[in-house]
Amino acid sequence: MKRELMKFLVFAAAVLTAPLFLKGGYIVNVLVFVGIYTILAVALNLLLGLAGQISLGQAAFFGLGAYISGVLTATYAANPWVAMVIAVIAVGAIAFALGFPILKLKGHYLAMATLGMGIIVYIIFNETVDITGGPSGLSGIPNLSIGGIVFNTDMKNYYLVWSFVIVTILLSVNLSQSRIGRALRAIHDSEVAARILGVNVRLLKVQIFTVSGIFSALAGSLYAHTVQFISPASFGFNVSIELLTMVIIGGLGSIYGSFLGAAILTLLPELFRTFQDYDIVVYGTVLIVMTMFMPGGLVRGVPLLARSLLVRVKAGLSSEKSV
Amino acid sequence: MELIEQLLQYTLSGLSTGAIYALIGLGFAIIYNSTSIINFAQGEFVMLGGMLTLFFHVTLGLYLPLAVVLAIAAATAVGALFERLAISPLKDAEPIILVIITIGGSILIRGVAMLLWGKDTHALPMFSGDDPIILLGAAIMPQNIWIFGVTLIIITANRLFFHHSVSGKAMRACSFNRIASRLVGIDVKRMILFSFIISSAMGAVAGIIIAPLTMTSYDVGVMLGLKGFCAAIIGGMSTGMGTVAGGLIVGVLESLGAGLISSGYKDAIAFIILLVILLIRPQGLFGKGEAERV
Amino acid sequence: MTKIFGGLTALQDVSFSISACDITGIIGPNGAGKTTLFNVVTGIYDPTSGKVYYDGKDITGFSPEKLARLGLVRTFQGIELFGQMTVLENVMVGLHTRSQSGIIASALKLPAHLREERRIRERAISWLEFAGIADLAGMKAANLPFGKGRLLEIARAMAVEPRIILLDEPAAGLNSRETSDLALLIMRIKDAGITVALVEHDMELVMGICSRIVVLNLGHKLAEGTPRQIQEDEQVITAYLGEG
Repeated sequence: MKRELMKFLVFAAAVLTAPLFLKGGYIVNVLVFVGIYTILAVALNLLLGLAGQISLGQAAFFGLGAYISGVLTATYAANPWVAMVIAVIAVGAIAFALGFPILKLKGHYLAMATLGMGIIVYIIFNETVDITGGPSGLSGIPNLSIGGIVFNTDMKNYYLVWSFVIVTILLSVNLSQSRIGRALRAIHDSEVAARILGVNVRLLKVQIFTVSGIFSALAGSLYAHTVQFISPASFGFNVSIELLTMVIIGGLGSIYGSFLGAAILTLLPELFRTFQDYDIVVYGTVLIVMTMFMPGGLVRGVPLLARSLLVRVKAGLSSEKSV
Repeated sequence: MELIEQLLQYTLSGLSTGAIYALIGLGFAIIYNSTSIINFAQGEFVMLGGMLTLFFHVTLGLYLPLAVVLAIAAATAVGALFERLAISPLKDAEPIILVIITIGGSILIRGVAMLLWGKDTHALPMFSGDDPIILLGAAIMPQNIWIFGVTLIIITANRLFFHHSVSGKAMRACSFNRIASRLVGIDVKRMILFSFIISSAMGAVAGIIIAPLTMTSYDVGVMLGLKGFCAAIIGGMSTGMGTVAGGLIVGVLESLGAGLISSGYKDAIAFIILLVILLIRPQGLFGKGEAERV
Repeated sequence: MTKIFGGLTALQDVSFSISACDITGIIGPNGAGKTTLFNVVTGIYDPTSGKVYYDGKDITGFSPEKLARLGLVRTFQGIELFGQMTVLENVMVGLHTRSQSGIIASALKLPAHLREERRIRERAISWLEFAGIADLAGMKAANLPFGKGRLLEIARAMAVEPRIILLDEPAAGLNSRETSDLALLIMRIKDAGITVALVEHDMELVMGICSRIVVLNLGHKLAEGTPRQIQEDEQVITAYLGEG
């Protein structure tokens, strides 16, 4: 308990002070996206890492959040905060309603169904040109503002987005350590045993699917109001795969790992300009190699690897001595 | 009657793409029955079939039949390699892990294809020219005849293999009961490798015969693969006629929907069918209902 | 009740009752239908025909989670632990029905939730003590030796505070020392006023602790009675010798 609190405080302090060390400019802009993807990856991790239920359609909730927020403000001139709240509630309701039938499925079938859901939503974004602007996108989405402060610079957006990241992480860490979190992990390990103990498996799965949808919609709304332009390409199947890769890199069930995964996959393309051409090759390789050789992700895998290396080195040293 | 001609036209072209979905779906079903894995990389073998034929035929200038044979061989080799390197080492992994591995394999294959051949869309020449044949007022391409013919041959061969050859019977035995199969001396691991080989070869064939009609590029595997899966789901994951019927149903509905309702939602139709079947009758339209899909 | 699997009749017109605050043993040779019986009673399978009554109430076809809330839990022959969780956490899941914090209270760490968490932890520890494995609380359940895993599964089921506990071959895979510990634990459960039913192969255990025994053979009920009556029953002796 204490250790979790310390971890969180260190994380929050690092997030809040990071801009002091950066001179602003482009890197801050990139960090805004790291923040948005962190929320998305944490959202998927609650579902996949905690409850063991896969979703390949997370981009749909992300996109719905962005489009509801974007259309309400750009087309109907709604207040951005009101739009955000509506987006989050609407997507939560959609996820809840879809969750009951979809989460009856398991494993491969659940993966296919969520994938299908994601692609249908993507097609709708493209085809409802009157509402979404179709493939050419929706522009003129206003920034969020509080009082006189308009979140219109990278630095302001950094603080805006990362405040939400911190809250998301805090809530998620709390949740994963609670009675609900334990029941979800129990479902992950043995569904039948969880049911025997009176855990309402069906409802809990739907609830966590809804929470995951809500966080994703929040990220979508933040994305719409910081970038001010959205198009279907940002919410396609590839995004769902990218999120999956982030979660796998960080480690299933590790909330801070999701932040790490989001940071790595968002920063890589910035560090290597040519990454764009290789992105899916890298994702594919990472997914296979990580799941085969480091199933706990970096957060658990690296310390483990370091320890085993250390043991091997020590063993090597002692055997040399004995020779 | 123009409408009737139109309907006939849509149905015919739907049946021909449906035949392709059926072939891909059979690939899904064969792997599923021997391993309980849904191979998300199935669509990539379809892409590989088309792209490799293009590479051998157009880039290297090989004679088309030779290019086709080489393409099938190469795609099959990729399938076998994938099974050896990524599937076989994981013995009793949870389904999620297997989903993630096959998705990883899928985008890795797609990414390598993109690096090798670029992002452009290419057309493979028709096998027998492009003069349409008029049939009851509907025009069909000779390529469609190729598709029907090849599909029919493969489905027949498939049936003969599974019901009359020793290896085919052994594979069916594995799908019923893996432990019992091992006890009677069937090499289950080899059967799994076999199932990947057969599926990737069938996928490649499907990709080759459809490429002249629909063009091909590094990313066609996603949609074709998913629609093939849809066919297999409708067929209740059977390696026989259920899946074939499923493919034809998806193909025809999609073609009719695109023609009569809206072409923009063409791809959505298959997914809506997929979701409806998964949610209402996960055992498929023709399944018996006792199979629980876990 | 009757249970048929695709033409194979696993249970045929089996009917008996379990009396409250007692230990009832269900025995029979392999394939007698003992585990199927448990699966039907605990809602994992639906019976093909017949009814399950609990306290005079028809509970046929109730889901396992509903039965748990009514006070009926079970353990599994092959033990089903939450392997990635600690021993203590396993028992804490057992207290799920005895607590109520929802998602929002948990995410916000509301004071009522924190109080409840403390209570869950204390109760879970006391159940571990009850089963004599409190010293293993922090261990990952997947790393437990089999015998301890069995005790954990019973402790976890007890945390539900059931009125009836069904034990599916609790002594399977245990050595004789572990079995006698188990017998003591089952007696303690009975003394706590909880009805116990167990399916078991270990005759010594069954004869030693059960006050009533039901014998199944090939899906039929062969006999029912006190351990002494069963030991002297001709049919039972034939069935067992025939198997032997």
